[in-house]
Amino acid sequence: MIQSFRMAMKSIAGNKFRAFLTMLGIIIGVMALVVLVSLVNGATGTVTDTISSLGTDLLTVSVEDDKGSPITLDTLDEWMDEDGIGEIAPVGTTSATGKYGSTSSTVTVYGTTPAYQSINALTLLLGRFVKSSDVDNHTNVCIINEAAATNLIGYTDCLGAEISLDGMKFTVVGVLEDDDDSLTSLFTSDSMVAYIPYTTLMRLSSTVSSEITSFYVSAEADSDMDTAETAMTLLLMERFEEDEDAFTVSSQDVLEDAMSSITSILSVLLGGIAAISLIVGGIGIMNIMLVTVTERTREIGIRKAIGASRRVILQQFLLESVVLCMIGCAIGVFLSWTILQVVSTVVSSLSLTFTMSWNVVAIAIAFCFFIGVVFGLYPANKAAKLPPIEALHYGG
Amino acid sequence: MIDIYNVTRVYQIGSEKVYALNKACVHIYPGEFVSIIGPSGSGKSTLINIIGCLDTADSGTYMLDGIPIEDYTEDELAEIRNHKIGFVFQNFNLINKLTAEENVELPLIYQKVPKAERRERVAQALERVNLGKRAKHLPTELSGGQQQRVAIARAIVTRPSLILADEPTGNLDSTTTNEIMDIFHELHDQGNTIVLITHDDEIARQASRVVHILDGKLSEVSL
Repeated sequence: MIQSFRMAMKSIAGNKFRAFLTMLGIIIGVMALVVLVSLVNGATGTVTDTISSLGTDLLTVSVEDDKGSPITLDTLDEWMDEDGIGEIAPVGTTSATGKYGSTSSTVTVYGTTPAYQSINALTLLLGRFVKSSDVDNHTNVCIINEAAATNLIGYTDCLGAEISLDGMKFTVVGVLEDDDDSLTSLFTSDSMVAYIPYTTLMRLSSTVSSEITSFYVSAEADSDMDTAETAMTLLLMERFEEDEDAFTVSSQDVLEDAMSSITSILSVLLGGIAAISLIVGGIGIMNIMLVTVTERTREIGIRKAIGASRRVILQQFLLESVVLCMIGCAIGVFLSWTILQVVSTVVSSLSLTFTMSWNVVAIAIAFCFFIGVVFGLYPANKAAKLPPIEALHYGG
Repeated sequence: MIDIYNVTRVYQIGSEKVYALNKACVHIYPGEFVSIIGPSGSGKSTLINIIGCLDTADSGTYMLDGIPIEDYTEDELAEIRNHKIGFVFQNFNLINKLTAEENVELPLIYQKVPKAERRERVAQALERVNLGKRAKHLPTELSGGQQQRVAIARAIVTRPSLILADEPTGNLDSTTTNEIMDIFHELHDQGNTIVLITHDDEIARQASRVVHILDGKLSEVSL
């Protein structure tokens, strides 16, 4: 075996340029496979990391049809005591014109309860968040984000400032720290946001009433999101006459799942295309092996005359084709690694990391081996079946 | 040693049947040096192909060392060629990419002889044909006579029971022809069985027995 391997190497080395051209197909195929799939995986990794860093620890519930039994703040309080469910915060949204002195601009206003802060993991820069007493007394207090503070008021240290939202006066009691990694910042960067007690929003907006149609749910401290999702769904099903179309419960897992299924489809697709180029490379190898067999007909005859069996000849040519493929594969993997290193360096500012995925390398190696065998088999078999006398007298 | 009885080999050329061998009979005893002589087209090559197990007869029997050579598969014939027969060809038939040493080593590799033993036997065989110093040379770097000596070394390295030489001196000048013939005589003196095919009376006469072949039929000639 080692001997045959050495013979194969010798025969490949005997015609380096042709061997290189033959391998080129495999090299390009392997590069396409490894680089494309690694790039997709790298991008996927970054995107899913971003999504999961947004926190997968909340459920969003929205009610489409309350079946005559609307959810109120009291209902939410009751549900908070259920097993598996941590906190619940209602959300009402409206868009209002915010005014401070002479500046005015559009502010997104959320009406909610104190639970909102911990569910969404909001960090206060200054002051406090909405308190239960604010909700009970419909107080006109607001908590604004940094963007709103700087753009509307002009400075962040603005506790006690009075702003008006659609004409109603609100006292700023807290300023939120902008969290660059949060979902809201990802989609609404630089937008101005104000949080006010839910009950106060009911007065500000005509569309928000005591009937809550949207709320956030967190899981119990010692429990996971799946439990919370199951518990919440059960409660809602019970309330809405077992009609699962009346409401939706969504978690960010769904987003993540969708993202990863998209990218896995993408890598299979790209991998498939690369595999086609590998097959094309394999046909090139077969072509050259057939030429080699013809060129070496006499050598085969000599080998047979001095006692090489069919199996030995078959093994020799098959090994040559496999070795050719594997060398091509090795070069391809090395070049892929180089390309990925270069790409990573170039785009390092985008905080994307492209590392060669060893799974793909393993697949590439297995695939090359397979191609070497499949496309080597026919020429090798042709060589093995040459009748010794004719081979011996071929061209001489 | 070799017992060929009523061997016939027919080639179909177009609609015509050509008898390359027609009920040929020949006996060769161990340790004999037999030359087979005949003009071209007389069936010499067919005969040596059959003796050398490169081809099989259409009818008749061929016993080599008491083993009937019929109905063997190609691989079984390859093994017989490997172990029992050493070939020397007119055009040397060395593999040009391999050095003299590697060419001689090849049949031993097919026999799966361990490496250390291989090296020793290759060195011995090359020494025997006086080419010990040329072991690392490629065939293209050697003269015709030297190449033929490498081929002889390759034939004897397996210690075959039979050495078949198909016009071994056909491509050589008279000086080197004598060198090669000397080697064959030496090998014969050491007890090897040699069958030599030639169309040259001069060469044929050096053997201990001469067999004539004409139109596929063999006849003993006493010189």
